[in-house]
Amino acid sequence: MSAVIESHNHDDHHHGPAKGLTRWLYTTNHKDIGSLYLWFSFAMFLIGGAMALVIRAELFQPGMQIVEPEFYNQMLTLHGLIMVFGAVMPAFVGLANWLVPMMVGAPDMALPRMNNLSFWILPFAFFILLSSLFMEGGAPNFGWTFYAPLSTTYAPPSVTFFIFAVHIMGASSIMGSINVIVTIMNMRAPGMTLMKMPLFVWSWLITAYLLIAVMPVLAGAVTMMLMDIHFGTSFFNAAGGGDPVLFQHIFWFFGHPEVYIMILPAFGIASHIIETFSRKQLFGYASMVWAMASIAILSFVVWAHHMFTVGLPLAAELFFMWATMLIAVPTGVKVFNWVTTMFKGSITYETPMLFAIAFVVLFTIGGFSGLMLAITPADFQYHDTYFVVAHFHYVLVPGSIFSIMAAVYYWIPKWTGNMYDERLGKLHFWLSFVGVNVTFFPQHWIGLAGMPRRIPDYALQFADWNMISSVGAFLFGASQILFLFIVLKTVMGGKKATPEVWEGSRGLEWTVESPAPYHTFTTPPKVS
Amino acid sequence: MSYQKYYVPEESKYPIYIATALFLLVMGAAGTINDLGKPASNSVYILYSGFAVFAATLYFWFRAVIREHIAGLDSSQLQKSFVFGMGWFIFSEVMFFAAFFGALFYVRNFSVPWLGGEGEKGLANMLWEGFESSWPVMSTPDAGSGYVLADKNMSWPGWSNVLKWLPLWNTIVLLSSSVTVHFAHLALKNDNKKSFNTWLGVTVALALIFVGLQAAEYYEAYAHYGLTLNSGIYGSTFFMLTGFHGFHVMMGGFMLAVMLCRSVFYNHFDPHSHFGFEAASWYWHFVDVVWVMLFLFVYIL
Repeated sequence: MSAVIESHNHDDHHHGPAKGLTRWLYTTNHKDIGSLYLWFSFAMFLIGGAMALVIRAELFQPGMQIVEPEFYNQMLTLHGLIMVFGAVMPAFVGLANWLVPMMVGAPDMALPRMNNLSFWILPFAFFILLSSLFMEGGAPNFGWTFYAPLSTTYAPPSVTFFIFAVHIMGASSIMGSINVIVTIMNMRAPGMTLMKMPLFVWSWLITAYLLIAVMPVLAGAVTMMLMDIHFGTSFFNAAGGGDPVLFQHIFWFFGHPEVYIMILPAFGIASHIIETFSRKQLFGYASMVWAMASIAILSFVVWAHHMFTVGLPLAAELFFMWATMLIAVPTGVKVFNWVTTMFKGSITYETPMLFAIAFVVLFTIGGFSGLMLAITPADFQYHDTYFVVAHFHYVLVPGSIFSIMAAVYYWIPKWTGNMYDERLGKLHFWLSFVGVNVTFFPQHWIGLAGMPRRIPDYALQFADWNMISSVGAFLFGASQILFLFIVLKTVMGGKKATPEVWEGSRGLEWTVESPAPYHTFTTPPKVS
Repeated sequence: MSYQKYYVPEESKYPIYIATALFLLVMGAAGTINDLGKPASNSVYILYSGFAVFAATLYFWFRAVIREHIAGLDSSQLQKSFVFGMGWFIFSEVMFFAAFFGALFYVRNFSVPWLGGEGEKGLANMLWEGFESSWPVMSTPDAGSGYVLADKNMSWPGWSNVLKWLPLWNTIVLLSSSVTVHFAHLALKNDNKKSFNTWLGVTVALALIFVGLQAAEYYEAYAHYGLTLNSGIYGSTFFMLTGFHGFHVMMGGFMLAVMLCRSVFYNHFDPHSHFGFEAASWYWHFVDVVWVMLFLFVYIL
């Protein structure tokens, strides 16, 4: 480990990227693949967002306004599936591709060809999913949680295509995660011990572990659906001795770790950004690592809190309530660490920091509403209302998605070599911040007042807040066009970035020039 | 200690071919399944073409990796990446089986007893009054809805009939194959290629015997027991668990057969560097452990 790393290949032909379209089809370069993931994710974000706007347009006023209920259900389902599997997860994988090798001082991902495969499965999978809109009977219409028997007995024929699309998405995620884990375990520069790893790397190590553990379970769930639909088995059919609730157990055994998959990398990102712009060392590094590990482990024993109202035995209701509330402890540790890092720091409020602070505040709101939902007797009231919608959108939009935007602003100078337009970045932040809160905060109230989720029409007393929520949604949606513009502008040009980009930035990725060379660290740096 | 460059191929065409093949495979499979029972479907040709591209690309991809290894391009660090990668892949397979074992656990301990009126949610018995819970479930709660009820099941036949019980022989075959593949590994480490080939050949033969016995068991179930995918939750869990296991045996057996061919025809593998074989043998041990679980939870208990 302590041996001096002397390169004997200074003759290294530092290839730049290949030319033309095949560069992207055949690439094995982690930066190219990271960019592909990020652009794919952004495209899906816009498509899924457009679907959300269809939903909000329909809900602008009570009564059936714009779309048929059947189509509304398809929009609802595809919006959820596309945002979870097409927007948030690929964005984090894209960030991992760009950053993990640079942060650990590796030349590339450990298995570069498989890395390319992990990405290129995704456009095909989402082509299948979106093409189901044009199939007989329409697209999947059973919600992103695809509960049996809605997704089995009563599903449109396109469910078969949906099942196989999920299968190959799962294969993509598993391969991507194996790549991340192997890169982190095997490719760290000499001297970079586990407890010296940047927190984004730690967050992805844990996330990848979760992904490998639960994506196969999802594959099992959709396989059982396929067999029930087409081959006469009765896993989710009580008439044959199975149980529709079994589907929910299996789904949420996947689904709960899945929601932490969508937030753990965000924790890593927030830690880096808050540390940099507070110009202080992060408070409580080790406790951050342990908190993430605890959250990951606990995520395997809380799944039935999504199912409090389906008729669980009392012991299960109590166990899952307490286990769920326990997660507030490590999450609280993280929030306090971020706040303490900022305490007495010399803080400046560049766009990434604004997004990161908004992340901490708004994610905490989502966490608190989660704590309310964790209380079993209270959940009997909240279950399947807009309160739940407000809760998970608070953790996903100003949680996961704000962290992704923060990451883009924070690292884009490293990726492109250009600074983004700070004025426009701040404008984007404030529009998004206002848009998100106007959209989702009122949903807490209409939910507590009893408005059910997943309906195209609603009672008159919910009209006002729904209208406000829809206005907020269109504001948020429109401001993402500005985001696209800012990113494109930065890619095209702008003020040149220095290698360290930010005053107070820490980590190996800031030691290489901006933009980062096509191949970084062909010989590993020495970390002291 | 000098640092050996970590080999990163400049670019590769294999992944995009595999991705395309997967696309064709799943489009073809979904179309074929949706068209089941209809007279003609072209989807099956998409399925076949996907499979052909998939198989061919895998062949060339693995060939490329083997050639890189022979050319000495892969440093010991890269080889370690393969070792880690295979380990985590097997972990993902474990979790896939966990879903099905979890389903079995749930129906046996919760849904079937509840439907039979036992336990905290025994209220469910009001759906089909008169249904009595037992395992293996030989009837379905709703007996009139098109289920094909089985006359017999595959469970423990009692000590007096144990020698005529196929799963026992399957267990013996598969457990021995895990031992023989280990002997092959030892032989390879001792640089005894002849013995390696022999033991590996025996292992592949045992794999084939296992698949044959499993096929016989399925034939028996369908033809004589009336036990099918359509005989309620017992048939569902039985066939899905043993079926996925059998499929994995075929994959593992195929991997071992490929290793055998590499050793016999190309003289691959030496005592110090043989991870291709080792990965296949790990997979084989994994398949064996799954069978022990199956034997315990599907057949005996």
